[in-house]
Amino acid sequence: MRRAESQTPMLKSPMGKMPIVIAMALAAALSALARPATAADAIDPQATFKAFRDYFTKRFPNVPLADFVNGPYSMDAELRKQWQAIDDFPPYDFAVERGKQMFATPFANGKNYGDCFPDKGIGIRQNFPYFDEKSGEVITLELALNRCRETNGEAPYSYVKDEMASLTAYMAFTSRGKPFDIKIPDDPRARAAFENGEKYFYGRRGQLNFSCASCHVQSAGIHIRTEVLAPALGIMAAMPIYRSEWNGMGTVSRRLVTCNIQTRGVPLDPQDEDYRDVEYFLTYMGNGLPVSGPGARP
Amino acid sequence: MRCTRVWPPRLVNAIAFGAALFVAGDAGAQTPAMPGQALAFDRGKGTCLTCHDIKGGDSPGNVGPPLADMKARFPDRGALTAIIFDETKRNPQTVMPPFGRNLILTPQEIDAIVDFLYTR
Repeated sequence: MRRAESQTPMLKSPMGKMPIVIAMALAAALSALARPATAADAIDPQATFKAFRDYFTKRFPNVPLADFVNGPYSMDAELRKQWQAIDDFPPYDFAVERGKQMFATPFANGKNYGDCFPDKGIGIRQNFPYFDEKSGEVITLELALNRCRETNGEAPYSYVKDEMASLTAYMAFTSRGKPFDIKIPDDPRARAAFENGEKYFYGRRGQLNFSCASCHVQSAGIHIRTEVLAPALGIMAAMPIYRSEWNGMGTVSRRLVTCNIQTRGVPLDPQDEDYRDVEYFLTYMGNGLPVSGPGARP
Repeated sequence: MRCTRVWPPRLVNAIAFGAALFVAGDAGAQTPAMPGQALAFDRGKGTCLTCHDIKGGDSPGNVGPPLADMKARFPDRGALTAIIFDETKRNPQTVMPPFGRNLILTPQEIDAIVDFLYTR
């Protein structure tokens, strides 16, 4: 299944109850978009990027582009109010502070996290993940942090929360407002990683038979119970996040594993190649949008 | 506001799966272990309210249309049953889970949910 690639008649108000006629029209429109790629379709990340962005900006004409990074708050005024009310004392503050201290604390060998990154790791979140042409793989921020630790003789951290979330929270915080700038080098392996991420994003899996796109493209802004589904555009920008549902911080890895579990699928290992590729795809789709992490979500 | 999840989702899934096995294991039974409304509202079973407004249910979602006037809209019971069993057959792009095909609900449970929906 491929991404939306042309104009579609969209719901005027995602908040309203969807009459069945519109639902049917939407379904018909989406099925017209679901044609598999033909052989003539070369991998064209630029065209995919444009179609992806257009889909969201046309469907949500009243949402300013940069506001998509605020996820469900960009879709729902009531949720936004609740968020603004807690943002005076954001629940991720503790993680940012802890990450800052970790950055300032040397490893046993005297080096530190900053030594592993350009600009000492400050203000660089917008460049992750990147495709490493030497190793031929996608390097996420979380992977880079654990490799940094291992290179310096330290044991790797769990990818899903705690220390890893603190480190990425601090790195995101120092990068706030910087536009995402994910590059796909002229390397067939990079394009293959992008395409694999795209395929994962649109592939159905789990007992509930959902793709990532079922919820975050097709149903973006719509309620499941009282929860508002975040739009896929800019969905990586707020990572890591404090989720009330988790009573704590979570990384990109945690979000992807949890998505698979919630849709009753079998989660992959954190930083599995498929997860890294889908993060590469999604973050590239959000190019130009500002880093907003760390974030807070219900 | 959403309620705070107390149990980790993995555990909840394990319990739901266990419950599913229990019900599925009761293969000879003609009537489902739970009545239609309970099956429809249960998060591990029909979990219809996640996406549909149904009279009598709290905090419905709006991914799909409200389930009301069901007798008028679905005079053919088989058509309604087929949607719950596997709506992707009729509409490959639907986000509705194939409850029958993916063994989320047994045919008896789907039948009980259809009975309930006809009261809405």
